[in-house]
Amino acid sequence: MKKIYQLSLVMLLAFTVILAGCGSDNNNASGDTGTNTGTNTGSGEATTDNSNIKIGMVTDVGGVNDKSFNQSAWEALKALEKESGVKVQYLQSNSSANYEPNLNQFVKDGYSLTWGIGFDMGDSLKKVAGENPDAKLAIIDNVVDAPNVESVTFSENEGSFLVGVVAGLTTKTNKVAFIGGMQSPVIKRFEAGFKAGVAAVNPSAKVTVTYAGAYDKPDTGKSLAATLYDAGNDIIFPAAGATGNGVFNEAKSRNKAGGSKVWVIGVDKDQSLEFGDDVTLTSMMKRVDEAVKVVSKQVIDGTFKGGTTTVLGLKDNGVGLPETSKANVSADILAKVDDYKQQIIDGKIKVPTE
Amino acid sequence: MNKLKKIFATDSYIVPLVAIILGFLVGAAVMLIGGYDPIAAYGALFKRVFGSAYDFGEAIREMTPLMLTGLSVAFAFRSGMFNIGADGQVLIGMTAASVIGIKLAGLPTFLLVPLAVIGAGLFGGMWAGIAGYLKAKRGINEVITTIMLNWVALYLANYIVRTFLLIPGQNRSEDIPASMSLTFLNSIFDNARLHWGTVIALAAAVFFYIYLWKTKQGFEMRAVGLNSHAAEYAGMNVRRNVMKSMFIAGVFAGLAGAGEVLGVFHYQSVFAGSPGYGFDGIAVALLGLTHPFGVILAAILYGMLTYGSAGMSFNADVPPELIRIVIGSIIFFIAAQGIVRWVLKPFYFKRKKEKVL
Repeated sequence: MKKIYQLSLVMLLAFTVILAGCGSDNNNASGDTGTNTGTNTGSGEATTDNSNIKIGMVTDVGGVNDKSFNQSAWEALKALEKESGVKVQYLQSNSSANYEPNLNQFVKDGYSLTWGIGFDMGDSLKKVAGENPDAKLAIIDNVVDAPNVESVTFSENEGSFLVGVVAGLTTKTNKVAFIGGMQSPVIKRFEAGFKAGVAAVNPSAKVTVTYAGAYDKPDTGKSLAATLYDAGNDIIFPAAGATGNGVFNEAKSRNKAGGSKVWVIGVDKDQSLEFGDDVTLTSMMKRVDEAVKVVSKQVIDGTFKGGTTTVLGLKDNGVGLPETSKANVSADILAKVDDYKQQIIDGKIKVPTE
Repeated sequence: MNKLKKIFATDSYIVPLVAIILGFLVGAAVMLIGGYDPIAAYGALFKRVFGSAYDFGEAIREMTPLMLTGLSVAFAFRSGMFNIGADGQVLIGMTAASVIGIKLAGLPTFLLVPLAVIGAGLFGGMWAGIAGYLKAKRGINEVITTIMLNWVALYLANYIVRTFLLIPGQNRSEDIPASMSLTFLNSIFDNARLHWGTVIALAAAVFFYIYLWKTKQGFEMRAVGLNSHAAEYAGMNVRRNVMKSMFIAGVFAGLAGAGEVLGVFHYQSVFAGSPGYGFDGIAVALLGLTHPFGVILAAILYGMLTYGSAGMSFNADVPPELIRIVIGSIIFFIAAQGIVRWVLKPFYFKRKKEKVL
């Protein structure tokens, strides 16, 4: 008895150390892809010498290996480093309290452009921009009203409309579902666009909307997906970051068990590349990498304006469906999608934002 | 629990010092294996902390909540309890400070700010008091209840912010007019977010020391912590002491929450996950050997390492996760020393017994 008691104490002690270790950083230390950075600058391909131009980016708490927009942004910057010889560097934020010092680190170090990635960084970026009027900053997913900040947002509603069209035409049970991460204007745009898209092609289909309350809880995503699939939904569109990975997981095991076929619609990146064509119907791609590239290039060319907001929609290819969609989506439906896409670009259809 | 306490409540300062040095050495070894330059990395770490007035101020900002949550865990530890719920208590403190700061904004500042801070402390204390009450009246293990209460606190805080304080279309509350910022230091520290919470944290450590070691009530609490049966036999009210010590521990954590919302952010966001102050607080308390002044020193070290880790990745390209290895090994070595002692102890006892026999 005493031995068990002592053993439990040791376990508790070990548990404490683990708890303490994983306290505030929710990015498990798989820092292998993006760690060796910045040092090998000025590769031979550079036509002009841009090595005095330095571009920094601050990730939100998701970290640089989040398989979503932080990672896209960083990959874009790394590609830019190869292409034009600029120096790039990133800082990871362990908590929201670190946004400000991390942004300041780049600004005070004289970086030519500092990126804040993510909606949550808006307040911190605004403060830093106000305190350093000479610095150039840019932000993704939020609008910061300052003369030295370039804001980039996406018309997620337009892209979501198109995947809604696909879902509305593909569903066999006439029931589809949407899982949001947290209630925010960005996720609302996904939801509104998706609902409008389904309603446009299949008014009798029912769209169930739920929110997981977190972007980093695949287990919640899995259990929500199980509930939704059990209720007869055959397509789920999760816009919830890593929480969506659980939805893919659930769909995979269901398809493997051989019940009625279920689908998931990917988000942000072409997720069929990661989760396979057997569950990924299509994806609502958000080209964060394009945005980062375009604005960063403006700094290199000296055409950076600041104080403006760029909204990337269907017509700029800022959002859209990947080429791989044709694996699962029939040509008829894709033709319809193209038709709707043209109508949205021409302004014939106004997709609601909330 | 008693064994655990003996390990982390020794009054020796040599153990943590050696542990810190060993921790840095382990970190350096890992860096060498990974192909990084440890001297450059540690240099960059300290440069980030001491390099500029702004960074120094921000490092102090990073330390402040750790001091208070560390004190919270340590205080409960001294009376024989393991407060894993400091995180939830911080959240409740934050929420109380936000609600008071926003809803009573009409009051003059000299009333509003103290009211918000006191409210944060009280509510944090009552939140911890729930676990204390359950332990005292029903004997439910506080480790379990405090972990569970963390989640309740997270969702309760989010619910309150979302329902009563939210700016439509944003994921955060309205700006809080009550401010604990030390604005007169702005020019010296280049707009670093220093706030009164640091002063409160230092005062709390002094209170911790005087209360536990210089008052009768504190004596009772320590007695309960050392051996609750003996304390009861001596006529002390164990239940009341358990509840009281959890309450005070919660007050410390709640004050940390007030500092974060009133001093750092000036608004409260909807949290996607636990902010983690409380879990770092456990590490700080253990590192500080649950002595108030040790906790303050440990929080300073922990804060410096955490804040400086960004400098490591910025100037030396070392992944910031590496600093977690350093912190982890420091705690491990403090514990390991105790474990060694603890493993040896039974043998000594046996030998003594043999001699006696």
